[in-house]
Amino acid sequence: MTPFDYARATDRADALRQGAATNIAFLGGGTNLVDLMRERVASPARVIDVSLLPGAIEDSEGGGLMIGAAVRNTALAEHAAVRARYPMLSRAILAGASAQIRNMATVGGNLLQRTRCTYFYDVEGSRCNKRAPGSGCDARDGFNRIHAVLGASEACVATHPSDMCVALAALDAIVHVEGPGGARTLPFGELHRLPGDAPDRDTVLAPGELITAVELPPLPLAARSTYRKVRDRASYAFALVSVAAAVEMDGDRIADLRIAFGGVAHKPWRATRAEAALRGATASAQAFRDAAAAEFADARPLRDNGFKPALATRTLAAVLSELTTGEAA
Amino acid sequence: MSLIVNGLEVPAPADARVSLLDHLREGMHLTGTKKGCNQGACGACTVLVDGERILSCLALAVQYDGRRITTIEGLADGDALHPLQAAFIEHDGFQCGYCTPGQICSAIGMVAEAKRGVPSHISPDLTAEVRLSREEIQERMSGNLCRCGAHNGIIDAIRGTVAAEVGA
Ligand SMILES: Cc1cc2nc3c(=O)[nH]c(=O)nc-3n(C[C@H](O)[C@H](O)[C@H](O)COP(=O)(O)OP(=O)(O)OC[C@H]3O[C@@H](n4cnc5c(N)ncnc54)[C@H](O)[C@@H]3O)c2cc1C
Ligand code: SF4
Ligand code: FES
Ligand code: FES
Repeated sequence: MTPFDYARATDRADALRQGAATNIAFLGGGTNLVDLMRERVASPARVIDVSLLPGAIEDSEGGGLMIGAAVRNTALAEHAAVRARYPMLSRAILAGASAQIRNMATVGGNLLQRTRCTYFYDVEGSRCNKRAPGSGCDARDGFNRIHAVLGASEACVATHPSDMCVALAALDAIVHVEGPGGARTLPFGELHRLPGDAPDRDTVLAPGELITAVELPPLPLAARSTYRKVRDRASYAFALVSVAAAVEMDGDRIADLRIAFGGVAHKPWRATRAEAALRGATASAQAFRDAAAAEFADARPLRDNGFKPALATRTLAAVLSELTTGEAA
Repeated sequence: MSLIVNGLEVPAPADARVSLLDHLREGMHLTGTKKGCNQGACGACTVLVDGERILSCLALAVQYDGRRITTIEGLADGDALHPLQAAFIEHDGFQCGYCTPGQICSAIGMVAEAKRGVPSHISPDLTAEVRLSREEIQERMSGNLCRCGAHNGIIDAIRGTVAAEVGA
């Protein structure tokens, strides 16, 4: 690890003041940043600890929930209102990492965790445009089982690894940020970027911008929602493919729904095409598969991940059949 | 700046790079806590901070200034083993023993989570009272790997002691 100064932010204003310097990193639970610093993927000169800033889960003015950025992943998953009103969010968090890591990880850090592409971590041995822009991408023709099939670029085929973010994408969450340029809000879908020709930038945040909170809008249909994750072992592994979905039924017709996929793209993938195909449609296994096919029509599989569109299709069909019939498939 | 480790106040390291794990093992010579992967993937370094289980390898020691840390060395009462330590011996909850300190600290944190109602990935009903079945313990302990495959004994030891109250 390269030497760095550690400072505890005393309050938000202090964090922003300190964050205006160059080559800083905000520190949440450290479960990703410490690893990145140890591997010298990240070498900040100063680490500003924002994990002890007041962080609560409160009713928002709009009737939803306001979640402070320093709230721990476990605290969010176990919160009574989240379990009852946004079960897909509890389930997505509980499907991720291990209990120890969820106890440490903050909401802000989870959003900004970096890809698990192994070449990205291999500073000595691999070319990676995300870590060293212009150096190349060893994943494109290398081991790319966990990589993207949608929205990737010549420069980078990495996926965003978060489970929690897949639920937040489906729930139309709002991200509150504050930085040198003032405070602003972003629809969740606009926080993370597709790689394009600048894969070193995971998000649209400017240097020194601090995530202060994530807001969940009131979304009654989310009470009937879930998250399903497919991975190489039953627990403690990143997703190959995951689905967050919420459904509101009107008889056997789907009145409204939300779908997002994880493990398929550089960002949590909100499935707007699949949603459009199913909104107002009669629920059936064929309709679910057709909707997934529409979503993955432009998929561009790599050497090792050609299974993803079919796996995502089956996973979506299983989740929607569970949500529309009330029975697990 | 100081940490409270097993009830004793100890200074935080001057170098911010030092992990809580290295501080315990090399700074304080508390070598009970083990280093497996040093990257969050095995659970061998699990300790309790204010009663919550965390991974000390991914923790910067300076970040834990002022917090109460319990390691495997802090569990016994003099020569009297913690009931879970005794149960690990009784149920053959280990072979080489390398993962054991992490397993024991993790299990104590796991039971506290279950008692306050934290659901798990496999809980069918997120809002129901938590009962620790074998499968629930398996899922909740999945952050602690055991290369010797002592999992059945580990689960028996946990079920027979700390998890008995919330058992199923
Ligand atoms: C072995 C292992 C397995 C894992 N498995 C999974 C999994 O299956 N699913 C999953 O979803 N995740 C998984 N994770 C990742 C884990 O969820 C993340 O590491 C965690 O959520 C990051 O949160 P943190 O608070 O520790 O972030 P940190 O490591 O502290 O920070 C991460 C990044 O966010 C920045 N940051 C932190 N807070 C803020 C803020 N408020 N404003 C602006 N920037 C900020 C930091 O500067 C840093 O760049 C796993 C991790 C490990 C080590
Ligand atoms: S996929 Fe992206 S992160 Fe992985 S090696 Fe290529 S450029 Fe780097
Ligand atoms: S040594 Fe910390 S998880 Fe492996
Ligand atoms: S007893 Fe050997 S690793 Fe668990």
